[in-house]
Amino acid sequence: MATRTEITSGLAEILEEVAGVNPDDVAEEKSFTDDLDVDSLSMVEVVVAAEEKFGVKIPDNEVQNLKTVGDAVSYIEANH
Amino acid sequence: MSTVDVVVTGLGATTPLGGDVASTWDALLAGRSGVGPLTQEWAGSLPVRIAAQLAVEPSEVIERVKLRRMDRSEAMALIAAKEAWADAGLAGTGLDAERLAVSFGSGIGGAITLLDQDDILEKHGPRRVSPHTVPMLMPNGPAAYIGLELGARAGVRAMASACATGAEAVALGLDLIRLGRADVVVAGSTEAVIHPLPVAGFASMRAMSTRNDDPERASRPWDKGRDGFVLGEGAGALILERADHAAARGARIYARLAGAGITSDGYDIVQPDPECRGGIRAMRMAIEDAGLTGTDIHHVNAHATSTPVGDMGEIMGIRTAVGDHPILTSTKSMTGHLLGAAGALESIAAILALRDGIIPPTINLDDPDDRLDLEVAAHKARTADIQAAMNNSFGFGGHNVALVFTRA
Repeated sequence: MATRTEITSGLAEILEEVAGVNPDDVAEEKSFTDDLDVDSLSMVEVVVAAEEKFGVKIPDNEVQNLKTVGDAVSYIEANH
Repeated sequence: MSTVDVVVTGLGATTPLGGDVASTWDALLAGRSGVGPLTQEWAGSLPVRIAAQLAVEPSEVIERVKLRRMDRSEAMALIAAKEAWADAGLAGTGLDAERLAVSFGSGIGGAITLLDQDDILEKHGPRRVSPHTVPMLMPNGPAAYIGLELGARAGVRAMASACATGAEAVALGLDLIRLGRADVVVAGSTEAVIHPLPVAGFASMRAMSTRNDDPERASRPWDKGRDGFVLGEGAGALILERADHAAARGARIYARLAGAGITSDGYDIVQPDPECRGGIRAMRMAIEDAGLTGTDIHHVNAHATSTPVGDMGEIMGIRTAVGDHPILTSTKSMTGHLLGAAGALESIAAILALRDGIIPPTINLDDPDDRLDLEVAAHKARTADIQAAMNNSFGFGGHNVALVFTRA
């Protein structure tokens, strides 16, 4: 089981690869769209990459609830 | 003949000979071939294992995250258009975005994206298909990306007429300015299909050279030993501008885009009309549109792709429509055939030949076809006093486009 810190840093890697987000900017309180400038198409890529990396399923109707990095970390922590 | 004059104020390109216009032009004048072996694993089983690949990879120029959302053809289009835009010095001149249009095409479109994403679909299922797939493969993608980058708001047009696309996109740009729909048009074309399926498709048509053991000598327009075209990739962009608009801002002017002619053969889906009737009409139309006669055209950058039939039909056409005096060249002997982008790149070559008074060579013309009865700048660049130059582009589907450029 990955810790919250490990999940956050895993997401940071994905965000850097997919959307060019600086890993130093990734923190639990950051909003994907407002703070990290991840657009809707890139968010789709982030979700698919996260599913693969953490072995979880993130249904489309869940994605809209993942506003911040912390929301995603919590979902992954609870479901992987 | 129109009363609105249109001039060329900027040029941009990324080609098998260089990452910009200056390096490409130097290589063309030096007679350098951009053709080489295809060393990719997939090429091993194909009958054609040579191509003219880009000299400078887009990844060296465009930032990684931006590049992964673009098809290769879109990236090349953007590189060429940005160079042309900077070259024209239009940034910060207060140009009204609603008077800036884009006319930029591609012969085939985002084929590499389509094929790569199909591989992902087959191997990993639909969820792994990139959400950027559609904007990457749509044929208007290159024009749209340029429009987005430059903020063009007078319409973004995407021409598609196979190997005549680049020239036809320039012709449309001329129309847009003459009709008063724009003051400035970014015109050109892009092509990136060096990939096993398009290569296999052209090879199955027996349209391509199979001189795999001697890549630099494979593209040999008008030579007796020619055995088909060599596939190239790249993009070319021209900034077309209403002449009084360019004069008002003191712009450097390369040439006048004096006339264009567009016809269709109505003959065969891929075979050129052996009598070049459509080509002749296009050339005559362009010359008349420019207010000139055949004798005024001193140089023709020919379509001449190095195929057995097409090369000689065009010679007959030029003789009929222009005369026996122009000095010809086929820069495809060095760049390979850039398909949809050919007309844009070759327009640039014709414009620079006008400006510099020097015609780039046709390399590999060692043993000219007996029917070649016009003068060609064979082997070495040729100096010449050129007042008007023509570019011909013909495409599958029976498209014929001729453009006439005159000295500024």
